[in-house]
Amino acid sequence: MGRLRLPSPFTLYYWLVAAILFLPIILLIIFSFNSSIQLVFPLKGFTLKWYQQLFKSTELLEAVRTSILLGFGSSLVATILGAMGAIAMVRFDFPGKSLFVSMAAMPLVIPYVILGVSLLIMFHQVGLPLSAFSAGLAHVVVSVPYALLVIGSRLVGFPQNLEEAAMDLGCTYWEALLRVTLPISFPALVAAFLICFTISFDEFAIASFLVGTQPTLPVYLYSQLRFPTRLPLVVSMASILMTASMIAIVLSEWLRRLGETPHRRAKP
Amino acid sequence: MTEPIVELRNVTKIYTSRRGIASEDVQAVKNLDLDIHPGEFFTLLGPSGCGKTTTLRLIAGFEIPTSGEVFIQGRLVSKIPPYKRPVNTVFQNYALFPHLNVLDNVAFGLAIKRIPREQRQKLAHEALELVQLAQMGDRKPSQLSGGQQQRVALARALVNKPAVLLLDEPLGALDLKLRKAMQIELKQLQERVGITFVYVTHDQEEALTMSDRIAVMKDGLIQQLGEPITLYEKPANRFVADFIGESNLIRSKVESVSDGIITLRVGEERVNASAGDSRPTSEQEVFIAVRPEKILLVPDEESTAKYLTGVVTQVIYIGTDTRYLVNLFSGEPITVRVQNRSGRALDQFKRGDQVKILWNPDDARTLLI
Repeated sequence: MGRLRLPSPFTLYYWLVAAILFLPIILLIIFSFNSSIQLVFPLKGFTLKWYQQLFKSTELLEAVRTSILLGFGSSLVATILGAMGAIAMVRFDFPGKSLFVSMAAMPLVIPYVILGVSLLIMFHQVGLPLSAFSAGLAHVVVSVPYALLVIGSRLVGFPQNLEEAAMDLGCTYWEALLRVTLPISFPALVAAFLICFTISFDEFAIASFLVGTQPTLPVYLYSQLRFPTRLPLVVSMASILMTASMIAIVLSEWLRRLGETPHRRAKP
Repeated sequence: MTEPIVELRNVTKIYTSRRGIASEDVQAVKNLDLDIHPGEFFTLLGPSGCGKTTTLRLIAGFEIPTSGEVFIQGRLVSKIPPYKRPVNTVFQNYALFPHLNVLDNVAFGLAIKRIPREQRQKLAHEALELVQLAQMGDRKPSQLSGGQQQRVALARALVNKPAVLLLDEPLGALDLKLRKAMQIELKQLQERVGITFVYVTHDQEEALTMSDRIAVMKDGLIQQLGEPITLYEKPANRFVADFIGESNLIRSKVESVSDGIITLRVGEERVNASAGDSRPTSEQEVFIAVRPEKILLVPDEESTAKYLTGVVTQVIYIGTDTRYLVNLFSGEPITVRVQNRSGRALDQFKRGDQVKILWNPDDARTLLI
């Protein structure tokens, strides 16, 4: 159909929402290359000096390192816990199952500030010193529901009795998990890990309560906002963060679909 | 008499289904006794929820009996996990591993048994040849049709040379034509490999086509166990008469019993039937069970000894046969099936004709209500 058509209201609406969503991010990226210290138009000139300063700031690099380690550790634990929970949720029937599932999903609806404060009080009570480790524990709590849902949806998507079939052919239960369930859900495991990592890496509210003297990157960036001269550094770091997060999310979604397609295509 | 290869002794399985805090016990299988003999094609037949699949899962080891014992090859296996039992299963949805190709799917069991790669590839290939899929080894299961997937599932189980092969409605997902072809193929395959098959289905025609013996189940109990011909010709109760094939069940009252032949009253008329396994007493209310094709219709004028009378209400021509729906004088509707052989007038009876209904007393059985 080579006919020209006026854009429908829905198309306009779509572009409006997309603009509201992405314009600030694009502005941020543009300003990160602007040579002025003020974040206002008109732009003064192109520069990479903010990025250069960024990579010389040891405190900032230390915060990045903390965030990566914390994100890696908490995502790994959350993915393992999420996988075990998902297997229990999808494959088994046990008393209190619906309670278990709703409890596991609870962190999705509890405001992070409240979670942060209550964990702060609890860690204080049990005498756990505040550090990247305590923040990591909190990140496991908030990441598990995502891992649970991503992996669970994958397990629901393939026949329930593949493990039975493997056991019928001579596998013990654990061998069946290892040889059948794990390979099939591998894309979902990776996707879950990436999502958990992104959550941990970007998370500010909880971390600000719990990191103690080891700031994560978001916490560090926030502390820098008090100094006007540091603002462009924050902007360029935020640009890097934004881009990396988006790549991770797109990658994880792509992996999840990659895992699903062959099964969907199965003939009856 | 050879020793049974599978034995169930007084097996009961109770499931607890939960909804929130409340729980309810469901008896899927009740005090089941079953002997399955080496080399036979044994079918568990019944409507959904009759306990046939649970029985199969008890033999496979996916369920542990609540009470009672399961023996395979004389060994007590009630609490032995599936991977230690000499049985393999073909699942209803095939349960092929989507991440492995067809050959690796078939070789899976051999790989678990640590059989060297070369040998297991050879055995898997032979198994695929057996089900005529030798060319498909490197495809993924999702690239095969339903019928082909079904054959792969069969090869994957047979390659392990199980003592007993368990099949859980394996043809359920196939279309009618393919199902019919597979029924015959399965039966021939079973005779060729000589492995005991335990087959679960709700399709009575399928069961009759393939089985050496059939156990008809309902509500966790075996209603009747026997060869297809026995089940069809001599159903033990109303359920079996109704479930296997088609039966006319006519309410009647016993008038007299003599020498296995019973005289019964239907309305004002009298007919004979065989007693079967039931031992009705005089004046007891019973069903007469008679197959539609065993009934003879004759015009009203011709006189015979014992008969029922009725009026034709519907004539349905279905090619090989003509079905007549007849209302008895007692008010009950029955179906009569007449084969359209050559030389038979197709318009012998019309709607509204009064007819006599006759049968050989051996073909009609009394069943207790």
